[in-house]
Amino acid sequence: MMSVFKSMPVSGKLGSALVAFWLFIALFGPWLAPHTASEIVAYDVFEPIGGEYVLGTDYIGRDVFSRILDGTRFTIFIPLLAAALACSVGTLIALYSAVSHPRTDEIIARFMDALISIPSKIFSLVMIAAFGSSVPILLTITAISYMPGSFRIARALAVNVASMDFVTVARTRGESRLYLAVKEILPNILHPMLADFGLRFVFVVLLLSSLSFLGLGVQPPEADLGSLVRENISGLAEGAPAVIVPAIAIATITIAVNLVIDSVRGGATYAAKGK
Amino acid sequence: MTAHIIVDNLQVQAGSPEQPVTIVHNVSFSLQRGEVLALIGESGSGKTTIALTMLGYARPGCWISGGAVMVGNDNMADKTDAQLATLRGRKVAYVAQSAAAAFNPSRRIMDQVVESALMHGVMSRKAAEEKAVKLFAQLSLPSPDTIGKRYPHEVSGGQLQRLMAAMALICDPELVIFDEPTTALDVTTQVDVLKAFKAAVKATNTTAVYVSHDLAVVAQMADRILVLQQGRVMENNPTTKILSDAEHPYTRQLLSAVQHSDIVQNKADSDVVLEIANIEAGYGRIKPDGRPEIPILSDVSMKVRRGQTVGIIGESGSGKSTFARVIAGLLPATNGYMQLNKRELLSAIADRDKKECQHIQMVFQNADTALNPAHKVGDILGRPLTLFHGLTGAARKQRVAELLELVKLPVELADRKCGALSGGQKQRINLARALAAEPSVILCDEVTSALDTVVAAAILELLEELQARLNIAIVFISHDISTVKHLCDEVVVLYKGSKVEHGSGKSFASAPYHPYTDLLVSSVPTLDPEWLDSRNRDQEARNIPITNSDSLCRFRDRCTVKLNGLCDSEAPPSRKLSSGKSVLCHRDEAMLSYS
Repeated sequence: MMSVFKSMPVSGKLGSALVAFWLFIALFGPWLAPHTASEIVAYDVFEPIGGEYVLGTDYIGRDVFSRILDGTRFTIFIPLLAAALACSVGTLIALYSAVSHPRTDEIIARFMDALISIPSKIFSLVMIAAFGSSVPILLTITAISYMPGSFRIARALAVNVASMDFVTVARTRGESRLYLAVKEILPNILHPMLADFGLRFVFVVLLLSSLSFLGLGVQPPEADLGSLVRENISGLAEGAPAVIVPAIAIATITIAVNLVIDSVRGGATYAAKGK
Repeated sequence: MTAHIIVDNLQVQAGSPEQPVTIVHNVSFSLQRGEVLALIGESGSGKTTIALTMLGYARPGCWISGGAVMVGNDNMADKTDAQLATLRGRKVAYVAQSAAAAFNPSRRIMDQVVESALMHGVMSRKAAEEKAVKLFAQLSLPSPDTIGKRYPHEVSGGQLQRLMAAMALICDPELVIFDEPTTALDVTTQVDVLKAFKAAVKATNTTAVYVSHDLAVVAQMADRILVLQQGRVMENNPTTKILSDAEHPYTRQLLSAVQHSDIVQNKADSDVVLEIANIEAGYGRIKPDGRPEIPILSDVSMKVRRGQTVGIIGESGSGKSTFARVIAGLLPATNGYMQLNKRELLSAIADRDKKECQHIQMVFQNADTALNPAHKVGDILGRPLTLFHGLTGAARKQRVAELLELVKLPVELADRKCGALSGGQKQRINLARALAAEPSVILCDEVTSALDTVVAAAILELLEELQARLNIAIVFISHDISTVKHLCDEVVVLYKGSKVEHGSGKSFASAPYHPYTDLLVSSVPTLDPEWLDSRNRDQEARNIPITNSDSLCRFRDRCTVKLNGLCDSEAPPSRKLSSGKSVLCHRDEAMLSYS
């Protein structure tokens, strides 16, 4: 692990450091916060940075610093779970599809194409309108939205591997489809799928934040970074840190994850060349 | 007269700058203008690396660390990239192994052939195209005036290779590098391509460097041969001297690997393991009459006996790999009957039981793709043991070690992944995996084609030894008739999916042959440098689709001894010759011997 970090380019190191920082905040944020998230601590709203409160106060005088420390866990863990769900389900269906009869493969692929053609935001709005907004529903919606994309990438990779001679050899041995999928194909597509997982994570962060911004995401009294941006939107005119800092937080999380993905990928191709 | 090309103390290094590994050690040689030099050696001998330095190029991760490479007055070793760009294509040119990969499939051939001339601005487009047509004619390409208008996929592999030579010669370069240009071609195509190259190089008085691992091919092309091993020059002598009186023991080892020893034993009396009768198969949708849309195999039959080797031979497109897939059950036959160990064998793998799967094992040509790079050697060999024999734990480990020993590999390899192994080692593991199942029949699909001559000879030796010890039957599929003739007890010759000749390995030692077999046999280059010039038959493969209704001889379009009127109208009969083999031809034995 240490050697992977050392071999990374500077951008990758920066990304890893930021990712580690945000993971730390997500895990321990609530305990580090000087105030509870919903406590109104000041009479002044939209106080600037560097006053009594580190990052100022929000539109009803709550401590922005504490609210960010508390809200980060939603912005990190819901997408993490949703991306994990989307990628694992997508990959499993893709593997099944790749080792199945072409007709089955075709049916699954077309069904996924139909799913992918539904815009994720509209799909989420409809689902939330029908079932209301809660963390399990948000998880399900985002996982379903991003699963077909993951399926397509995994299937493209798996079909390539499935045409390799070693899979044919396993077929002539009379191996079951489960064995072909899990033992022969999966190990060979795992690495690119991990990179895909990182990308899905970023997509879910953005979708979730935009949902929260519309007021349909994480519901009060809890708030994720997207909700923080929304509820303080009236402070935008006066450049209040309460709206800018959460926005910057979302940006740094997504950029950091992208930097890490890029450098891990680049590192992998470099290692392959080195051989 | 000073030499045209002088390579002096060339050293090439690879790896990281802190810990460089020298891969070419102080190589020196020189060439006169118009001479052809061959660089020969196994993979890893540095032959391509040396050839590329003459273009001023080192592959990623490599660099020229010392010495000079003089082409005329230019030292290619110390030029900048910008300077090299003006020389490449104009003064030095390159012909790569795979023309199919070197051409851009979305552009017309002519545009690609004249590209370098236009880029260097040495002639106008019109002049360049006229020059190209002249070169096409020189390289004996069909319809030279119009072939440039086609796209790369519209011409055959052999033609594309010659078109690439035209691309290289368009600016009249002083030096052309041929990097294994015929390795990927069928023997029958190779002859034409070699002839065209030789004529073109002679006509333009170009100096050429020919990289190859095939001594017989090199013997036809080169004036001098440079024998390389692990980046060192073993021997540098004129071709005739190398062939008749090689100085270095390594050269003699290479020469002996080309000449096969006869090892046919007749085991005709053992029982039949696999019987195949009147097989028909193909690709695409199955039509209402029960035949596939694109038929490949028609009416192929053979018997394989315990401990025997049956060779299947033909060019690419002959259906030999399709035949292996049918036996393995990967491509269900649409008609015909198969029997394994006296019991009927169903044609689809899904209908076969575990025992039947166990008794037919396949070994693929390319061990790089046949072994899962994510698995350890021990798991690759262990899986059939667990699946077919229920071995686990220490018993499985023990058996894996035995298998590794059987194919003469160190036991420690079991814990390694196969990415780090050499081509020969991978092929041994490939073989060991098939043996692990303890099969009755092993299907070997071009198992030695991707290997160097010396390594291939070792694999064949191993195969024979294993067969004698374990008494298994082998179906040996190959395009190399000289290997098959010597290795196999029985030989089946396929042409476009029909069996044109079938007989004992011995009966293939001499004529009469089927006209197609005759073409195959006579297309294999020998170590005689005069061989290429003495051949005057020119038979280009033509791609004529097979149709179901066609029961006529499929070889008739290429046959030089076709009987007009008869071959075009009637299906050929199967004849029994006095040597015991059967031939599918209208000509009788006397007529075949005469041709």
